[in-house]
Amino acid sequence: MQTPALFRRRRRGREAAIHAVLFLCAAVSILTTVGIVVVLLGETVAFFQAVPIGEFLTGTRWTPLFASAHYGVLPLVNGTLLVAGCATLIALPLGLLSAMFLSEYAPPRLRAVLKPALELLAGIPTVVYGYFALLFVTPVLKRIWPDTQVFNALSASIVMAFMILPLMTSIADDSLRAVPRALREGAYALGATRFEVTTKVVLPGALSGVLAAVILSVSRAIGETMIVAIAAGQQPKMSLDLLSSIETMTAYIVQVSLGDTPQQGLAFRTIFAVGMLLFLLTLAMNVLGDWFVRRFREVYE
Amino acid sequence: MSAAITLRRSRLTPRFVRGLLFQYAALLATLLGVVVLATLLIDVILDGAGSVDLAFLTSFPSRFPERAGIRAALLGTVWMISFTALFAFPLGVGAAVYLEEYAPDHWLTRLLGINIANLAGVPSIIYGLLGLALFVRTFGLGRSILAGALTMALLVLPLVIVSSREAIRAVPDSLREGALALGATRWQMVQRTVLPAALPGILTGAILALSRAIGETAPLITIGALTYIAFDPQSPLDLFTVLPIQIFNWISLPQPAFHARGAAAIVILLAMLLVMNSVAIFLRLRLERSARW
Repeated sequence: MQTPALFRRRRRGREAAIHAVLFLCAAVSILTTVGIVVVLLGETVAFFQAVPIGEFLTGTRWTPLFASAHYGVLPLVNGTLLVAGCATLIALPLGLLSAMFLSEYAPPRLRAVLKPALELLAGIPTVVYGYFALLFVTPVLKRIWPDTQVFNALSASIVMAFMILPLMTSIADDSLRAVPRALREGAYALGATRFEVTTKVVLPGALSGVLAAVILSVSRAIGETMIVAIAAGQQPKMSLDLLSSIETMTAYIVQVSLGDTPQQGLAFRTIFAVGMLLFLLTLAMNVLGDWFVRRFREVYE
Repeated sequence: MSAAITLRRSRLTPRFVRGLLFQYAALLATLLGVVVLATLLIDVILDGAGSVDLAFLTSFPSRFPERAGIRAALLGTVWMISFTALFAFPLGVGAAVYLEEYAPDHWLTRLLGINIANLAGVPSIIYGLLGLALFVRTFGLGRSILAGALTMALLVLPLVIVSSREAIRAVPDSLREGALALGATRWQMVQRTVLPAALPGILTGAILALSRAIGETAPLITIGALTYIAFDPQSPLDLFTVLPIQIFNWISLPQPAFHARGAAAIVILLAMLLVMNSVAIFLRLRLERSARW
């Protein structure tokens, strides 16, 4: 026997329980962030009790796995920024031109084919890009410059450029399309050609979106792991030589994870310290990039 | 009169020529991405398709390249992705339902949204460090399928949440109001009206998120998934390897014969991704056709 009052009370209880469960699902994302910060911070603090933070941030020798250990992270940062910077320099003109073509020139039917085709590039697993860099691009580079090393920064940069190209193109395309029609029509009415409208009215109007595209692409390139772990080598050094082997922060974490470094020692802790630096670097760039994205969305409303 | 027109045309010509050159340059840049994609696919297929046969699919890895196969990697990938789906799907949809249907519009909700967007931008290898410290060590799961699947679930969770939120938001309010007007509670409305209507969109997003997880390598290397496994996994607590790690392992060896095995494994990996993406596209097309609102 269920009286209406009892029925209502049970129903209310069940609704409250479901509400709580759903809230817990959403809270998992907060717990993930907390988990990342706690884990990285805990290990990093322990690491800095053995190695002065100044040596870590300003030292130019990185040999934690050797008998004479040095813990200067700058060679890894140098390798990371070298590859990410080159990849962005290659991807930027390609991405901007693609975005301008898709947004201003391509007829809708061509756009409907080209845009998904470009986005396929984003769905290729990065280990496949690594294969392509090491076994296709590097042999080509060797034919052009015979002293290219087997592992080199250039092949990783070139392939990484095409990995970040879809991200760059899609953010730039969004921001170009956010420029209102009225601005284009005003320029056409003054006698501008389509080229002049595109480069002198639409592109400047979308500047914050273009900046966002660059920043978020660099951040993606900095965090990318497999291409550099496969193709760029394991030699941390302060060099800008694109044809020789370097090492990035991410490739170092892979190297230690695969090796037989004892998990309790100081040498293993380095991957958390390097991970913390990587996390802070990408977080700062993502926050900055998102700020620019919000700006181009808001400015024309 | 005609002289004036000629004059104007001659001044316009260089401007149009410049525009035309730019148009072709932009078209070429756009096509370059497609050309590189095609080159990559053709290169991998030429290198690897010849090695794909039944023995390749059913053999364990070996020191001898001609006998090495992907049995352990294939099974490991299926096990890991099944458990990843088991964790990520309910958690992601639950979080999306909370944020779209329940959450009051205040600072905590906004914080959740910003936090999810930021998590989507965290490099995947950082999730590997989290998984290593949390699941492998603290929970004592070791280098097991379960530890890998939990790590992957956290990695794809932001993607599942974002796509599910979009699918739920696309359900028109009139359906919700209809359910509420008939006396449904909030959960009855969500369960019987909103979720069925949003399901194709939610599934499409979930499949795309899982296809991301299938191709991920770095976080699993970081938690210590092995590269050499010569047995079939029997339980979620077993050691495991996955296709991308097997590929990475073969590429890292110096012998070209192993590189061909790596290319063959890439062909299988890409074929799996192609099937999953086709299902997602099929669902999206059905969704667009059956949308009544």
